[in-house]
Amino acid sequence: MSAIIKVNSLSKEYREVKAVNDISFTVNRGDIYGFLGQNGAGKSTTIRMLLTLITPTAGTIELFGKNLYSHRKEVLQQIGAVIEKPDLYKYLTGHENLRLFAKMSGVAVTEKKLKDQLEQVGLTERAHSKVRTYSQGMKQRLGIAIALIHDPQLIILDEPTNGLDPQGIADIRNLILHLSRHQGKTILVSSHLLHEIELIANRMLIIDRGKKIMEGTVAELVDPARTIVQLEVTNPQQVVSWLQSSRWSACLQEQHHNIILLQMNKPQVPELTSELVNAGANIMALQPQNSLETYFLSLTTENRHVDTFTN
Amino acid sequence: MWTLLQIELFKIFKRPRTYIAFIAIAAIVILIQLALYLDGYTYIGFLLQSIERFNVEGKILNGYFVCYFILQTLLIHVPLLIALVGGDMIAGEANMGTLRLLISKPISRSTLLVSKFLAATIYTLLLLIWMAFLSLLLSLLVFGSGDLMVFQSQVIIHIPQSDVFWRYLAAFAFAAIAMTTVAALSFFLSLFAENSIGPIVAAMSIVIVCTILTTMDLPLFLSMKPYLFTSHMLGWKGFFDIQATTGNSAVPGSIQNLPGILRSAIILMVHIVGFVSAAVVIFRRKDVLS
Repeated sequence: MSAIIKVNSLSKEYREVKAVNDISFTVNRGDIYGFLGQNGAGKSTTIRMLLTLITPTAGTIELFGKNLYSHRKEVLQQIGAVIEKPDLYKYLTGHENLRLFAKMSGVAVTEKKLKDQLEQVGLTERAHSKVRTYSQGMKQRLGIAIALIHDPQLIILDEPTNGLDPQGIADIRNLILHLSRHQGKTILVSSHLLHEIELIANRMLIIDRGKKIMEGTVAELVDPARTIVQLEVTNPQQVVSWLQSSRWSACLQEQHHNIILLQMNKPQVPELTSELVNAGANIMALQPQNSLETYFLSLTTENRHVDTFTN
Repeated sequence: MWTLLQIELFKIFKRPRTYIAFIAIAAIVILIQLALYLDGYTYIGFLLQSIERFNVEGKILNGYFVCYFILQTLLIHVPLLIALVGGDMIAGEANMGTLRLLISKPISRSTLLVSKFLAATIYTLLLLIWMAFLSLLLSLLVFGSGDLMVFQSQVIIHIPQSDVFWRYLAAFAFAAIAMTTVAALSFFLSLFAENSIGPIVAAMSIVIVCTILTTMDLPLFLSMKPYLFTSHMLGWKGFFDIQATTGNSAVPGSIQNLPGILRSAIILMVHIVGFVSAAVVIFRRKDVLS
């Protein structure tokens, strides 16, 4: 399987802030690659480096087997992108915006192709309305049409469902799946909405505070050995004290009022329950969670939780 | 480059704000023409009151005189209108969020920037052509033709009718260079902002401060004058400074200080090249965060 994106030890520093810190990952041909992280994690900075908007402080980027910076024009011809919110020329119509960016993509685009592209994203009827009259969802769809108009091999979508209603989110999701399954496009999609990524991506990378946390398939990431257990008790201080002095101390993650979070192997849950009862814990509820969302939160907040209990 | 230039011009002339400058110039020129048409001779009388010993014959209030009056007034204010578009070229794109989309396209940053500057220059030239049409041709139509009398502080310059028109063409050509300098300055400043108000205000502030420095005769400022572009922006007036014979008759087709005008034009062009080159160098390395 050939690599479309190969990022090696990529870093970006702004004075003392490391926005991206030594990230490496590979996106293969045909992948829908999820790029996950909370706001400010470094997703957009990484994507901007992939599109040459930002110069990396260190590291290399290869796209289609070529160095991005020495083959910039050649490489960018094969990429379509929506970067954060789809800001377009509001005083132009959707059709004019599309034609303008199609010309800039260096590919001859016919009027029929423009019409077909607008039809694919459901904007035929409003093609000749000014973009300032578009809803957020329509702008997003026009942004995607602009990304696709020159038939790129790689599509980069930065938070494509931001600001959309549930129907809009579903439309974008279906479009991404269609592009991957029926047109063989490689898609890199960033989001903080993990559920969306879980539904469409076959591989993903989780990033937090500029650092790569993990890269793999969805199946790999939902690891039963890292189940999050949510424990609700009426005497939290006593239970936390006991947990800290017990063999479960390493599992302790966080406490919010009556809720205590622990991370452990799922088969150990009955053992823990029994010992908690013996230790005098008044248990209201105990719930193991292993969805990707819980997993993602557990990864990206891991360091913060450790701080909570070590300080 | 040609495609990009077409795109940039398309964007400029699709924006309603582009036409503000054209409307403003038309409004001011027509108002001045109307005022001079209704009561121009009172103004002429005011100008002539200090030179009563001269007997001036002929039609002083003609199209050429009106045009000179308009140029003297407007060429100080037109830079603001130029800065409106120049300052918006990059900062406006950053503000709209379209800059990142442009840069992610397979075009070099230098080409993008140069095509944007060329588009701003074409806008500047069109604005001046519009101004020339209204102030010269419309004035000639309304007020008729005649010899041009230019009133300066110490002298009155009389230029025969047959020797005036080409001087206006040369003056407008010089003004085009001067206004392009302002466009280049505002364009350069446009790189550093994420909305167009900043570069427009900054460009005008620089023009105003430099103009003040140019007009002050303090020794320290005098040494700076040759290097300030504002010192050279009014060089167009030199085309109306005609040579005279020993008998004080005008020498047709002559210019008093042609080398001075050419030097001013060259200095302005050096400024244009400097601003645009600096903009290209900075833009090539700039991280686009907007």
